[in-house]
Amino acid sequence: MNSSVIIFPGSNCDRDMDVALKKFGFKNKMVWHDDDKLPKSDLIVLPGGFSYGDYLRCGSIAGKSKIIQSVINFANSGGLVLGICNGFQILTETGLLKGVLQQNKNIEFICKNIFVKINNIENKFFENIDKDVLELHIAHNEGNYFCTEDELKSLEDNNQIAAYYCGSDGKIDEKSNPNGAIKNIAGIFNEKKNILGMMPHPERMIDQSLSGEDGSIFFENLLKNLK
Amino acid sequence: MKVKVIVTLKSGVLDPQGKAIQQTLNGMGFANVKDVRQGKYFDIDIDESDEQKAKNSAEEICKKLLANQVIEDFKII
Repeated sequence: MNSSVIIFPGSNCDRDMDVALKKFGFKNKMVWHDDDKLPKSDLIVLPGGFSYGDYLRCGSIAGKSKIIQSVINFANSGGLVLGICNGFQILTETGLLKGVLQQNKNIEFICKNIFVKINNIENKFFENIDKDVLELHIAHNEGNYFCTEDELKSLEDNNQIAAYYCGSDGKIDEKSNPNGAIKNIAGIFNEKKNILGMMPHPERMIDQSLSGEDGSIFFENLLKNLK
Repeated sequence: MKVKVIVTLKSGVLDPQGKAIQQTLNGMGFANVKDVRQGKYFDIDIDESDEQKAKNSAEEICKKLLANQVIEDFKII
């Protein structure tokens, strides 16, 4: 399976993502934001980081970069797109995903392990996944997901909520909400479920000696679903 | 001509920075400060002599880049 990771000025999780994708068998290429064509890909990843120094709004400048039109065309033709952290922010800024990531409620940069409960497995990202509660890592200042009431209703009606922040037991409550995200939302899909944006970093959880391996479960399963 | 734009959070949208500023002001003794909303200000020089045309460009600029209309409103002044 071929994947491509887009690098923006200020991306800083692009190499971690490259390492993770290759570890689980993807043939990954790195693509510079100023290119206008994507290599042949089964998966496009917008990585975490601080593209353009988070100027204006997180992801807003990257959302207008040269490569983005190709990413939008790829996504609109059904291609799989994954946006992690800043990648999620970029996806909302392009309009591919609904809502916006606002500053964390407590005005703190949060860097810690959290748990998420996978809400919908009827898609290429999570189909057949072994665990429904994953321990992942978050590191962000703007992860407070917000959308209008109408948008929230349509996300819920179309089963577009991908994952909720939860406790280690899978319980979704205010206590396990790290950033004030509406309804504990950690990640969402587009309507067709071929685009996933989420704040937690699975690529940081692929090594038992460094972190944990719930990210490995995600990548292994994703690759299996694409084969 | 120069166009000035103000982008503010829509009412009802949480503004943690504004809240922190308000609490700080209260702590400094400005007990009468009830609320602070933080916004952004842009000074844009548009190569256009017709005021209406410049404002039309500014409006498009706001919609396409400067404001995220899910949470923000803009005003051209």
